[in-house]
Amino acid sequence: MTAFEINNVNLFYSDFQALHDVNLKVNKHEITAFIGPSGCGKSTLLRALNRMNDLIDGCRVEGEVLLNGVDIYKEMDVNVLRKRVGMVFQKPNPFPMSVYDNIAYGPRVHGIKSKPQLNEIVERCLRDAAIWDEVKDRLKKSALSLSGGQQQRLCIARSLAVQPDVLLMDEPTSALDPISTAKIEELVIQLKKQYTVVIVTHNMQQATRISDNTGFFLMGEMIEYGKTSDIFSVPSDKRTEDYITGRFG
Amino acid sequence: MSSKRKIINILNHARVYFGIGVSLAILLSILLLIIINGIQSLSFEFVFSLSAPRGFSLMPMIINTFIIVIFALVIALPLGIGAAIYLNEYAKPNSNVVKVVRACIVTLSGIPSIIYGLFGFLFYVIALGWTWSLRAGIFTVSIMILPILIRSTEDALRAIPVSYRMGSYALGAGKFHTIRKVVVPAAINGILASVILSIGRVVGETAALLLTAGTLLDMPQNLSSSGATLSVFMYLITVEHGDMQRAYATALVLMTFVLGLNLLANFIARKLKKV
Amino acid sequence: MDSAIQQKTSRRVRAIEVTTKILFLVCSLVAALTLLLIIFFIFSNGIPAIMEVGAINFLTGRTWTPTHSTNPQFGMLPMLYATFISTIIAFILGSKIGKWGAIYLMFFCPKKIYRPIKTMVELLGGIPSVLYGFFGVAVILPFIRNNFGGTGNSLLAAIIILTMMILPTIINLGEAAIRAVPNHFYEGALSLGASKTESIFKVVVPAAKGGINGAYILGIGRAVGETMAVIMVAGNVSRMPGTLGDFFQTSTLLAPVRTLTSGIAMEMSYASGLHRDTLFGIGVVLFIIIISLNLTLAILNRNQTNYAKES
Repeated sequence: MTAFEINNVNLFYSDFQALHDVNLKVNKHEITAFIGPSGCGKSTLLRALNRMNDLIDGCRVEGEVLLNGVDIYKEMDVNVLRKRVGMVFQKPNPFPMSVYDNIAYGPRVHGIKSKPQLNEIVERCLRDAAIWDEVKDRLKKSALSLSGGQQQRLCIARSLAVQPDVLLMDEPTSALDPISTAKIEELVIQLKKQYTVVIVTHNMQQATRISDNTGFFLMGEMIEYGKTSDIFSVPSDKRTEDYITGRFG
Repeated sequence: MSSKRKIINILNHARVYFGIGVSLAILLSILLLIIINGIQSLSFEFVFSLSAPRGFSLMPMIINTFIIVIFALVIALPLGIGAAIYLNEYAKPNSNVVKVVRACIVTLSGIPSIIYGLFGFLFYVIALGWTWSLRAGIFTVSIMILPILIRSTEDALRAIPVSYRMGSYALGAGKFHTIRKVVVPAAINGILASVILSIGRVVGETAALLLTAGTLLDMPQNLSSSGATLSVFMYLITVEHGDMQRAYATALVLMTFVLGLNLLANFIARKLKKV
Repeated sequence: MDSAIQQKTSRRVRAIEVTTKILFLVCSLVAALTLLLIIFFIFSNGIPAIMEVGAINFLTGRTWTPTHSTNPQFGMLPMLYATFISTIIAFILGSKIGKWGAIYLMFFCPKKIYRPIKTMVELLGGIPSVLYGFFGVAVILPFIRNNFGGTGNSLLAAIIILTMMILPTIINLGEAAIRAVPNHFYEGALSLGASKTESIFKVVVPAAKGGINGAYILGIGRAVGETMAVIMVAGNVSRMPGTLGDFFQTSTLLAPVRTLTSGIAMEMSYASGLHRDTLFGIGVVLFIIIISLNLTLAILNRNQTNYAKES
C-alpha cells in the first residue's frame, strides 16, 4: 500500500532549482528515511509533502504528489492536507501554553469542542507518545517547563492529536541528547503500527536503526532509493557508497 | 601613562559621572519638589469630592481623563493591533505598501502634539462641528497613540519565534486561527506594555487636548461636553489661576498616575524579555 | 470527516482568511491615511493664509500684531528665532550631557545599580511636559528672578527646560546605539594598550556615531515640538534682538520669547479669521521643520553604519 506517490517533482526557490525530477513511493505503515548532506534537498522534499513550502515566497512545485491517489497540490485544501499529514520539527516547538492546550490545539482547530472528548484525545496521544506518565500530573503547567526531549515527544503527541495518516519528521532528534534521542527512536518504531512515518535525518546510524526504506539525496537529486538494509550494505551507486562510508558530507 | 593621558582620563571619568549625575539630579529634584509640597497640599476632598466648587476637586478631571483614555483605546487598539498584524504577518517584508505605511507611521510618531492639536481642532472641532468636546479629544489622542501601539505591537509580534507559527500551520490551522490562538496570545505582554505606555501618553498629554477637549472644569454630561483632563487642569491651575498649593496637589496626583503607568509598562516589558 | 462537510468547512475557513486579511490591511491603511489627513487639513488652511500675508512677509516679518484693528502684522520671524535659538543651545548642552550619561550607563554603571538607574532615566522620559513646565514655574523662574532680575520668564528658562527634556531621549537612544557596537571594537582597543576611557571615547563612541546622531535628531525634534513646558516658562512675547550686537548681550538670554509651538497654542483659543489661519501657517512651517528632521534621520540611517539598525 502506498501513502505518497511522488512523480517527477521539480521544486524551485525563485530561480534556484532545489529538487530535480524526484520519483518515489512511500509505503504505508513503514518508516521511510531521507538522508544526504546538508542542502541536498531532503528537507525540502519533506516540506513539499505537507506543503509547508507554500509559506516561502517564490517557491514553485512542478510534477505531482499524490496522497492515497489524490493530488495534494491540485485537489486538496491545504489545511485538510496538513491535518492528514502531521509534522514534527527539528527543534521542539511547543506553543507557549499548557501541556493540555498544546495537545488540544489541533483538535480544537478542527472543530472538536466537547471537554470529555478532548480529555480522551489528550490522554491517548500523550500515552501514544510515551510521555503520559511524565506529564499526567502537570497537564496545566506550561509546556515550556518541560525538558527538550519531553518537549519533542509532546510535539509528536500534538501532531498525533489530529489523527494524521502520515507523520513527517524533520531531523527530530538533532537538538536532543543521546538518551532523549533513544526514547524518540523507540517511540517512532512504535508509531509505525498506526502511522506512516517519513523522517529526515543527518544521522546514518539513526536511519539504519529505525527505517525500513531509505532515500539518498545529493544536490537536489534522489540518487538511490530502496530497502534500508540494501542501501547500507550493497549501495548500487558509487556516490551513495562514498557518503555512507563517510568519504564526504 | 603620560601625565597628559592621565588628565584626559580623569576628565573623561568626570564627564560620564557628570552626565548621569545631572540626569538623576533632575529627576530627583522634580520628584522631591512635587512629593514634599504635594503631600502638604493634598487632601481627600481635593481629590475625591463630588460637591466641591469648580476647580477645587480633581474628580471631574480624573473622570474626563478616564473617559478619554478608555474611548481612545477602544478606537486605537483594534486599529493598531490590526495594522501591526498586517505589517508583520501578512505583508511581504519589502512590498511598497509596507514601505509607505511604515514611513507614515514613523512620521506620525515624530509629529509634535501641538500639530495633532491643530489637526484635531480643524477637523473635529471645526469641520465636523463637534466644538470643544471629549469626543474631539478622544479622536485626536487616538491618532496620537496609534503609532505607539503599532510599533510596539510589531516589536512584540516580531519577537515570537517563527516555529510557533509553523507548528500551528502544520496542524492544519489557518493563518487567522494561528494569529488569534498562538501568535497574539504569545505576544500579549508586549501588547499590554504598549497599551500602558499609550495610556501614560494620553494622561500626560496637554497641548493637543487643550485645543480639542477644551478647558471646562465640570463633571462631563456626555461625550459632547467640553472637559479638562488632569494635565490640562495642571496647566490652567499653574498658569491661569497661579494657585501653587492646588498646583502642587494636582502635580502629585498626575505624577503618581503617569509614573505608576510607566513603571508598570517597564515591569511588564521586562517580564516579557525573561520568557 | 465526510468530504462534503470537509469542503464546506474549508470554504468557510477560506472566507474567514480573506476577510480578516482585508480587515488588517484596512487597519494599516487607516493608520497611513491619518497622516495624509493631517497634512491635508493643516496645509489647506495654512498655505492660503501664508499666501495672503505673503510668504516673505510671513517668514521674515518681525512684528506679530494679529489683532491690530487697522493694520494687523503677521511676521513670524521672532518665533522662528526663538525656536531656533532655544533648540540649538539646549541641544548643545543636552547632547553632550546625554551622551556622557549614555556612556556611563553602558560602561561605568555597576551591575547592581544598573536597573534602578536605567529605570530612573526612563521615568525622566515619561514625565509629561506640563510637569516639566510646572517645575520651571516653581523652581527655575524664581531662580532666574532672584539672581538675574526680571520676571524669570525668558529664553534662558526655555533653554534650561528644553535641555532637561531632551536628556532622557538622548541617553536612552544613545545607550542603545553604543550597546549595538560589536564588542570587539572595545576589546580590540584595550588589547592595543588604550585605557578604558580612551577605548570608549576614541573607538566605541565614534563607531556608534550613526545611532547617536539618530538620537540627537530625535532630541532636536522633541525640543522643536515641545509646547506646554515652553509656554509656561518662556514669557511668550514675540520679540527678537534688533541687531547682531544686541544678540550677544546677556539681556537677550533674559528676555521673554515666544516659540512656534507656544505661538500656536497661546492664540488658538481666541483667534478667528485670517489670524487663525496664520496660526495654521505657523503649523505648516513647524510641520516642514519636523519632516525635514525625519528625512535627515532617514538619510543618515541609510548612509551611516548604524549598528542599532542592523542588529
